[in-house]
Amino acid sequence: MDQIKLSAHSLNLYFGEKQILKNINIDFPENQVTSLIGPSGCGKSTLLRCFNRMHDLSSDARIDGAIKLEDLDIYDKKNSVTEIRKRIGMVFQKPNPLPKSIYENMSYALNIHQFPKNEIPKLIESALRESYLWEEVKDELKKPAVKLSGGQQQRLCIARTVVLRPEVILMDEPCSALDPISTRKIEELIISLKKDYTIVIVTHNMQQAQRISDKVAFMYLGELIEFGSCQDVFQNPQNELTKNYVGGHFG
Amino acid sequence: MKKSLFHFLNWTVLLGSTILVCLFLGIILFDIFSKGVSSLSWKFISRPPTQGMTRGGILPAITGTLWLTLITTLFAVPFGIACAVYLNEYAKPSVLTGIIRASIRNLAGIPSIIYGLFGLALFVQALHLGTSVLSAGLTLGLLSLPYIITTTEEALKRIPDSMREATLALGATQFETIKDVVLPTALPGILTGVILTLSRAAGETAPILFTGVAFYINGSATSVNQEFMALPYHLYMLSTQHQSIEQVRPLAYGTAVVLIVLVFVLNIIAFYIRFKQRTQQ
Ligand SMILES: Nc1ncnc2c1ncn2[C@@H]1O[C@H](COP(=O)(O)OP(=O)(O)O)[C@@H](O)[C@H]1O
Ligand SMILES: [Mg+2]
Repeated sequence: MDQIKLSAHSLNLYFGEKQILKNINIDFPENQVTSLIGPSGCGKSTLLRCFNRMHDLSSDARIDGAIKLEDLDIYDKKNSVTEIRKRIGMVFQKPNPLPKSIYENMSYALNIHQFPKNEIPKLIESALRESYLWEEVKDELKKPAVKLSGGQQQRLCIARTVVLRPEVILMDEPCSALDPISTRKIEELIISLKKDYTIVIVTHNMQQAQRISDKVAFMYLGELIEFGSCQDVFQNPQNELTKNYVGGHFG
Repeated sequence: MKKSLFHFLNWTVLLGSTILVCLFLGIILFDIFSKGVSSLSWKFISRPPTQGMTRGGILPAITGTLWLTLITTLFAVPFGIACAVYLNEYAKPSVLTGIIRASIRNLAGIPSIIYGLFGLALFVQALHLGTSVLSAGLTLGLLSLPYIITTTEEALKRIPDSMREATLALGATQFETIKDVVLPTALPGILTGVILTLSRAAGETAPILFTGVAFYINGSATSVNQEFMALPYHLYMLSTQHQSIEQVRPLAYGTAVVLIVLVFVLNIIAFYIRFKQRTQQ
């Protein structure tokens, strides 16, 4: 039986009057890659952003239900949101490096979370190595991060998440702005990261989902329609909607 | 055929208007510079006026204007930026913030003489600061606030949310995000707005008229509770209030040149900051 790392319980989300997520119940097993798939606008990004409380700042978002990181209720007022985001990292659709040097992109989070100064260079090097970026940037760590290629920027964004040693990494279509070669590199990276992290990834790309996922969740109009192993969802979908979607009949 | 004639006419009208505007600007500048340049000299900007202001320089007016602008800056820039950060980063959209924003926009449209009256009532009288460079600087600060708030807010709006999300997702607080990413990135835009606002404030006469500017001060202002001389008022005084206007006319033009150059330098700095920002992206 898989160990459950992250879970949503009867989760509903409204933007103003409009209900975007409808009674979502889902368990993400530890050290596995779970893909969220579904047609555009079905609420994948919205669901993903619930897990690190990214909706906190939008005043018209209202959430009920619960999300748990192991036993910790992440919407409990007692728990610090910054501590939760340190444990649940996020990589965005468009690479968003800070307008600072490569090194400062990596050191920023370590500094605000007050890691010991003398350990920082070592931590940065190992995170960059894990993200397959070290060899490409080790001689130009002072270079502005925005000068890197799109694919390198995205690996830097993954590296700066990894450097905090989170438990869960959320990724929202991390390859959608990248060329096929960069996409391949990131997919390899994701597979290599799962031994240490629990990964939840939104993807539009059915081939990608099949290449990297252990589990797949199919969403439609704000509901979780089907959730199972990658094999089951793609080869033997139970629901008619899922069958049509993975068969390429809509989306 | 008809269509191209129409286009041609359109084009000539637009080009003609542009040339006309530039021409007026050129004539004004040429007029001022040609009449003022004869009185410019090192003495003119390094000496106080002498002999009933018919001779000598305008040093106290220059230092007075610099003092005044410094006080305006110290007051208006921190408050203006803080207010813009609050409105753009913290305030939830609501009727109240809508009203606050509309009020700020309206404040920018109030005639500057009214700020002068208000400064007289508030700083000079109610707060007992007297007619002084402090009262005048604070009055100009009030005048500048709406512009600084509005331009800073525009600069903050141009920072995409993805930048804020980057640090928030790493566990930074909202304050850290603003301090470490949002403000540094918006800084060139904020500075441009601040400099243009200050260069406008430096040329204002009406708000300082009742609040501390003086006809003539012996020597430069040394403390903030003294009256002071200022370039725009000195110019006004030389060209309308002096007992021998014809005689001091070259000095008035010389003062105008100094004021224009001062404002021009500030504008060049703002232009340079914007240019550097654009080439960096
Ligand atoms: N801030 C917001 N306010 C209101 N509606 C939103 C907001 N963000 C997303 N939505 C709506 O929520 C729905 C789901 O969006 P999203 O989660 O981005 O879909 P997906 O990532 O699956 O394409 C869409 O209908 C979208 O219009
Ligand atoms: Mg999305």
